[in-house]
Amino acid sequence: MFDIEVENLTKCFGDFCAVDRLSFTVEHGEVFGLLGPNGAGKSTLIRMLTTLVPPTSGTARIHGDDIVRAANAVRQTIGVIPQAMTSDLDLTAEENMGIFAKLYGIPREQRRHTIRELLAAVDLAQWANKPVKMFSGGMRRRLEIARGLVHEPKIFFLDEPTTGLDPVSRVAVWEMLSRLKRERDLTILVTTHYMDEADKLCDRIAIVDHGKLVALDSPLKLKASIPGKNILEVSFAAVPPDWRATLQALPEVAEVKAEDHVFRISSNNGPRTTVELMDAARKAGVTVASLSVQSTTLDDVFVHYTGHQLRDALQAPDAAASPFMLRH
Amino acid sequence: MHRILAIIERDLRRFRRSPTLIVVSMIMPLVQLVVLGYAFGGKVKNLQVGVVDQDHGVPAVKLKELCQAVAANARTFNTVAYPDEAAALRDLREGRISAVLHIPPQFSRKVLAGANPRVALIEDNTDQFAASALEGTMSQMLGPYNQSAPPPRMSAHATLSVVEVYPYVPYIQYLLPGTIVLAIFVSAMIGGGIIYIDDKARGLHEGYLVTPIRKFELILGFNLAGAAKAILAGLVLVTVGSLIAGIPDPLNLARLARMLVLVVATALALISMMFLLMVRVSDPLVPRATFGVLNTVLFFPSGAVYPIQAFPTWMKVITAVDPFTYAVHGFKELVLKNTGLLAIGPDLAFLAGFTVLAMVAATLLFRRTL
Ligand SMILES: Nc1ncnc2c1ncn2[C@@H]1O[C@H](COP(=O)(O)OP(=O)(O)OP(=O)(O)O)[C@@H](O)[C@H]1O
Ligand SMILES: [Mg+2]
Repeated sequence: MFDIEVENLTKCFGDFCAVDRLSFTVEHGEVFGLLGPNGAGKSTLIRMLTTLVPPTSGTARIHGDDIVRAANAVRQTIGVIPQAMTSDLDLTAEENMGIFAKLYGIPREQRRHTIRELLAAVDLAQWANKPVKMFSGGMRRRLEIARGLVHEPKIFFLDEPTTGLDPVSRVAVWEMLSRLKRERDLTILVTTHYMDEADKLCDRIAIVDHGKLVALDSPLKLKASIPGKNILEVSFAAVPPDWRATLQALPEVAEVKAEDHVFRISSNNGPRTTVELMDAARKAGVTVASLSVQSTTLDDVFVHYTGHQLRDALQAPDAAASPFMLRH
Repeated sequence: MHRILAIIERDLRRFRRSPTLIVVSMIMPLVQLVVLGYAFGGKVKNLQVGVVDQDHGVPAVKLKELCQAVAANARTFNTVAYPDEAAALRDLREGRISAVLHIPPQFSRKVLAGANPRVALIEDNTDQFAASALEGTMSQMLGPYNQSAPPPRMSAHATLSVVEVYPYVPYIQYLLPGTIVLAIFVSAMIGGGIIYIDDKARGLHEGYLVTPIRKFELILGFNLAGAAKAILAGLVLVTVGSLIAGIPDPLNLARLARMLVLVVATALALISMMFLLMVRVSDPLVPRATFGVLNTVLFFPSGAVYPIQAFPTWMKVITAVDPFTYAVHGFKELVLKNTGLLAIGPDLAFLAGFTVLAMVAATLLFRRTL
């Protein structure tokens, strides 16, 4: 059994489909990343999977339970961190957790223990009795992560958990997630706009655009799947006049761009081109001043699959777009 | 059950942390009580009345002396003597005086002859309140004047003697029942309208909806929490308002207990009405924009400031379905007449029925999804 099974899941608002016949599965213990430009439909997908929005058509099962017919069973199994920060600012961290523990029906004896343990796990133990309005964005996110785990869910959904956080807080959030996942045997589905995070932390990544799945694989394979895999940046002490043509003739080279002594070479096989280039330089008596080989990043993959254009489009105003929505 | 309590607990904890909003909701009705109470409640005084005497006979002089007596005692008006009618009327039109008392020539002769003597009161009727106060005082004044002549014989005129059942009710006390209801309404409006929609827009409800809480638990939680705050506002007004308005024996425990019953019924009715109105709203501006309109449409047709019997038919329709009407009526019975609960049975029944209907409708419209 898969932890998450999505079959032809679709959500349309009028004749515009925010999620369009998506299908994929997530195995137990996976960290599954969902990437896509603004408006791609990531939040809508998560909202359907977390029973917040009924799908227009298609089905999905969470831990074997249908998201529509067994919605309450699904709610017991999942923990959810919505895109907006939803902690109660006037309450303390502990009170926020307490309310949710009660909503999940956790018995009183267990409540205090669980809350204390989770607050410690996200490094907020010393702030337990402070009102959340005094917390920074990173602290609030960590509190929400703790809150989402209060009923020991099996599957954890996070919608852009690190958006708006400084680099240190981002790293802290991800480290916490990795640790919690290990300790608690979680399956995680997460959306993010940070490619470096997705690359490091996700086992598999789905790229979604216009509500459709455009690519799905491990970060490594995704990077290998697009042309022009490496960029070599080389500078030479002094070069002979036809040097650019020589470089262009090297095996596996796709393109060469020159700026004075610095050359940018796109290669389909970085290591091989590097060896051949060093050979050619030695033979021609040219000194290599510096050389760096960059591999394709997930950014390149993202741009390759989703294109460059901005996705601005008018949309029906909804509550989420109101000035009162706290987005971070 | 635990989940309902959790929703209530959260709301009340938050309320305890920042009670400003609710305190504001109590201040508005209190200010209204005091300002309206004294603005409308007082007797009209010191109107300027011009007197033109074209008769100069003894009865005319007697009439003028009576006027001066009123000016010195009740002080409803002061008199200013004018030599001729034209000058008096000019000043009336220019707003320097509020009325002209005209004693025509031949007045004395007609009095003595018993030939229907008349004096004329020419008044500035743009101000209804001042005009009717003046008319009232003048006709009262003419009563003793007429009696000063010995009654010719047994009169066939029927006279009215008024028996007042309750002690004199100043306007501020008349206003208090409406003010209590208004405080409950404002609290329901802020707690059940504005804060509710703000929470929704901020995504707080999204957090609840992913937990296994059931629809009816959410609805009950929201409404009971709102009702608790509205009840608190109502109770503060019941006590503080009674003290301010000078209700006799303001802290009578038996009456306070009866008022509590009505406060609870009113709070539930108004909160459920608010919930029904807001159940499909997601824009935080909507409750703010409807606030003033709702307040006007519910408060004034309820009989809180003016007797229902004076309303045109279309307004009586609003009056009939407006929960304010029944709440205000109930509080009037309890506050002004100190009646028992039995006397307000129909009011309680209406409020309870209204609550049930509104809750059923709201539950049908409530969506447990975004
Ligand atoms: N309730 C709604 N009514 C109409 N359109 C909606 C509604 N909710 C979402 N949409 C539209 O669906 C599309 C997908 O929205 P969604 O929030 O899922 O995007 P996203 O991938 O999460 O974007 P972001 O990265 O900005 O969070 C958007 O174009 C949005 O305008
Ligand atoms: Mg989103």
